Amino acid sequence: MDIFIQQIINGLILGSIYALVALGYTMVYGIMGLINFAHGEVVMIGAMVALSVIKLLENSGLPVFLLLLFGLAAAALVCMAVGFTIERIAYRPLRRAPRLAPLITAIGVSIVLQNLAMLIWGRNYHAFPPILPTTSMTIFGATITSLQVAIVLIAALMMIGLMILINRTRLGRAMRATSENPSIAQLMGVNINQIISFTFVIGSALAAVAGLMVSANYSIAHYYMGFMLGLKAFTAAVLGGIGNIAGAMLGGILLGLIESLGAGYIGDLTGGFLGSHYQDIFAFFVLIGVLVFRPSGLIGEKVSERA
Amino acid sequence: MLEVTGLRVAYGGIQAVRGITFHINQGEMVALIGANGAGKTSTLKALSRLLDISGGSVRYCGKELSILPPHQLVSEGIAMVPEGRGVFPRMSIIENLQMGAYVRRDKDGIDADREHVFTLFPRLKERAHQLAGTLSGGEQQMLAIGRALMCRPKLLLLDEPSMGLAPLMVQKIFEVVRAVADKGMTVLLVEQNAKLALEVSQRGYVMESGEITLTDESARLLANPKVREAYLGE
Ligand SMILES: Nc1ncnc2c1ncn2[C@@H]1O[C@H](COP(=O)(O)OP(=O)(O)OP(=O)(O)O)[C@@H](O)[C@H]1O
Ligand SMILES: [Mg+2]
Repeated sequence: MDIFIQQIINGLILGSIYALVALGYTMVYGIMGLINFAHGEVVMIGAMVALSVIKLLENSGLPVFLLLLFGLAAAALVCMAVGFTIERIAYRPLRRAPRLAPLITAIGVSIVLQNLAMLIWGRNYHAFPPILPTTSMTIFGATITSLQVAIVLIAALMMIGLMILINRTRLGRAMRATSENPSIAQLMGVNINQIISFTFVIGSALAAVAGLMVSANYSIAHYYMGFMLGLKAFTAAVLGGIGNIAGAMLGGILLGLIESLGAGYIGDLTGGFLGSHYQDIFAFFVLIGVLVFRPSGLIGEKVSERA
Repeated sequence: MLEVTGLRVAYGGIQAVRGITFHINQGEMVALIGANGAGKTSTLKALSRLLDISGGSVRYCGKELSILPPHQLVSEGIAMVPEGRGVFPRMSIIENLQMGAYVRRDKDGIDADREHVFTLFPRLKERAHQLAGTLSGGEQQMLAIGRALMCRPKLLLLDEPSMGLAPLMVQKIFEVVRAVADKGMTVLLVEQNAKLALEVSQRGYVMESGEITLTDESARLLANPKVREAYLGE
């Protein structure tokens, strides 16, 4: 029973992070029908920048809270700039090209960003500075650190904020209109290019937050970390129904739970044959399962219905 | 008010509009009629810059329109009701109307105009929070017209508002269009239903395979034997 609760909690933490990243995939897909495979690298850059800034200021005597805040602010700024630039340079010229072209470009961008990160930060793993409080609490026999509580709360707040932005503001309305029918939105006076840029920037800001969360939670960052994380968040977006905002949130949390419970019980289930380091296979089972049985995702519409 | 000279529109190599010239005076309602595939929609889409113009000029209140970015047309006072309505299906009626007023910032004026649209089309008011995608075709057409009015246009471009609607609904919609025009709005009405269009408009242009072949006062077009034979089924 303790294991069960513990894995649920771990799953929620992991799931919150997946959800934040999945939102980036789903918003861009919703607005321009493009899967931005470079999004995982934006998360990685966020983690690297945040970690570097925090390392730099580690001995400055600033309180931990401010250290994290500065790290996050720097990461968010850099990621937003990167997201903006990717769209301008790599995707905008291909707006009218066949669908395969931007997809291949996305993979190219991803490789470029990875190599750039490798040049800047090297091939080594970077440990997160030991500044975080190690206080933890026990719920039903499971432990959760204060950092992890913060991760879940902040992720929830960001998602609520995003929902309000999209459903209640003029800008959000313009985003939805653009996603439903860009030419008609343009007819209403919406500057589509601005809306698309804005979508990339918001998605990248969420990615920066997720990047800091991952590196703080696992105490590590690495130039290659964006690949697997991106793939899983993409899976989460597909699970929820790609293009659907609430779907990305649901898919992220679910995938986190599936992975975490799967990792907790895989040993028992296979009689010890497979260990918890097989955690990653669950995401791919989910991806394949969704694509085969319900390609539109849990709460997505049929893909063909997109006008 | 609108001065179109030698307008050309092409899809790849195919010329859909082959250098047409026409004009609309301030306060006029002008009809553009023609058979399927004549190039009417292509013309309107070119005016509203949804399609690239491949030749000719479009002057509106002395300004060249073809060099403006498409999203600035509405600020110039041009609104279009596209063929097939083009409402945002996953937004409510209210939100669709808000999108119509997207470039405006005067909240009170917007609210007043929304109420005005609701008096023109009481049906929309009853369904204010319903998703546009769940409305009937006629209701969607009302919404599309209402949405276009929300920007307080000076020039209203209408593409086949009668398409696919029952006669009673068509009548209702044309009453509103007529009323709006009577208040001084300039209207370009594209229609396949030539009789209807010529009855409500002052002047008309007849379009055939991408060219304008005939123009006159609407009443005289209605009486013209050629028009009667080709477009009024006589
Ligand atoms: N997207 C497109 N690609 C290629 N050709 C097109 C396209 N859209 C329209 N055309 C062609 O351009 C010509 C004019 O079409 P348009 O839609 O302007 O006609 P229309 O007068 O509006 O007809 P209708 O009364 O049926 O709406 C037609 O021959 C049509 O086949
Ligand atoms: Mg047409």
